[in-house]
Amino acid sequence: MVISIISLILLYYLSRPMGLIKVSPEWQRIFKGGMIASAILITIIGIKIPLLSQVATLAAILLAGLIAYITLITPELQHRKGMIYAWLPILAVETVEAIVRMISQSFYDQFHNYFEAAGVFAFIWAIAMWIINTKQRKALELEKLKALQREKEFEITERLKAQLERQVAQRTKEITKQKNELESAIKELTAAQTQLIHAEKMASLGELTAGIAHEIQNPLNFVNNFSDVSTELLTELKEELEAGNQEDAMEILEDVIQNLGKINHHGKRADSIVKGMLLHSRSSTGQKEPTDINALADEYLRLAYHGLRAKDKSFTADFKIEEDPSLEKINVVPGDLGRVLLNLINNGFYAAGEKKKELAAAGNPDFVPKVTVRTKKTNSGVEIRVRDNGNGIPDEIKAKIFQPFFTTKPTGKGTGLGLSMSYDIITKGHNGEINVTSQAGEFTEFEILIPNQ
Amino acid sequence: MKSKILIVDDEQDVELLFRQKFRKEIKSGNLELCFAFSGQQALEILGSEDPPQVVYVFSDINMPGMSGLELLGKIKSKFSDITVSMISAYGDNQNYEKAMNSGAKEFFTKPIDFESLKKEIGEMILGNK
Repeated sequence: MVISIISLILLYYLSRPMGLIKVSPEWQRIFKGGMIASAILITIIGIKIPLLSQVATLAAILLAGLIAYITLITPELQHRKGMIYAWLPILAVETVEAIVRMISQSFYDQFHNYFEAAGVFAFIWAIAMWIINTKQRKALELEKLKALQREKEFEITERLKAQLERQVAQRTKEITKQKNELESAIKELTAAQTQLIHAEKMASLGELTAGIAHEIQNPLNFVNNFSDVSTELLTELKEELEAGNQEDAMEILEDVIQNLGKINHHGKRADSIVKGMLLHSRSSTGQKEPTDINALADEYLRLAYHGLRAKDKSFTADFKIEEDPSLEKINVVPGDLGRVLLNLINNGFYAAGEKKKELAAAGNPDFVPKVTVRTKKTNSGVEIRVRDNGNGIPDEIKAKIFQPFFTTKPTGKGTGLGLSMSYDIITKGHNGEINVTSQAGEFTEFEILIPNQ
Repeated sequence: MKSKILIVDDEQDVELLFRQKFRKEIKSGNLELCFAFSGQQALEILGSEDPPQVVYVFSDINMPGMSGLELLGKIKSKFSDITVSMISAYGDNQNYEKAMNSGAKEFFTKPIDFESLKKEIGEMILGNK
């Protein structure tokens, strides 16, 4: 009877979870079956039917042994080993007692005290084991909990890591995208810069066109006029020859010869202007060649003046070139230097013209705008000065005038690239220097120094 | 009577051209030409004779320094008897009106139409006779 009760208790505990450990549903079914069997055995034993009770007791002993054996050998039930060890002595004592009583009740009665003592010891053992087991289990559970905690922390760390990696990947993607965007922006800017430089060239060519047209028109007029008058002279020559006036004929011939020289001279003049224009418009090859700076300065001064004059009919100004006749040819890129001169001269005329407008509006019409270009031979090369009598450059913007896109002209009148390009051409292209001095309300003077290299 | 004409232009070859174009008139003694290459020089020439023998001034407008229009104004204020006509490559309205309002007689455009110029000078010579 006691054995079956113990079996029932053991089975009950086996089917229940220990801490976090749960047995599988199959085992639970088996244990439930075992519990029912135990209950039946208890009932049979309790009724005390001779023989049947004894068979039931044997069955109970077998069941208890089976429970102990299965629990001890099955890995899944390892956690209940301690419980079995705790109950084993009681089971053993009860088994021996039951068997002895079955065989000989008198023998049992005789050694009744020993059995009881063994029962007490087994009980004490069970309690001791139970205490130890509980302690161990608690320690184990704590350990398990800690492990679980660690696992959780690890999972969290992993999750954070994954998240971080995702973020890093995303950031990397964004940064790569930004980098690509910046690169393409730089490309676009470079392209835009090239286009702007081209546009600036074309714009200055546009400013030049009127001047060039005027400058070409003049020599062409002379070519036409002198060829016309030569035709007239030749007709007269024929008449004089027919009349036999040798002396007059010679005189006319002299004139015709002189005229042909003039036609040739003015034809060449037109030719050099066209060449100058081509020089200005074509992209710079950067090829330096020995250049007559005096002639170049003179040409661009006239082109600039006539260009402005053609654009604004009311524009009048005085211009003067002071050439140093001792100046020899200097190695420069003529188109580039021409562009610089054109720029500085145009700026000069613009500044002086603005001052005239201001003064005229204030009731003083006598101011004459003036631009002077001066060349001077130096030890290392040439010095070119472009001076205007305009309002000057205020000190606060003097430092900015060579910056790209800086302009004081109203929108549409200047790109802000003229002086920055000039600066590049002189400093980078010719290893030279470009400086500005100015006095507010009085003048501005640009000084270019170019070594002969 | 000989008519003296002053031509003002900064292009020096103008002198040669005019002398050849009007060689017959010069030869016949009806016309005398003199030249100035700037407004300043023109005023000096006019001021060097008292009274000036020049009766007619043809001036370019577009010259460095004193412009033809300035010269026109100065001649008209100092020597009101002298006829002045303008010759310019810029035959725009603004220049034309300014010249005419300042007392110019005619306004010729470049390239010079020598036929009309000859006609103008011919009429002047006739009127002078």
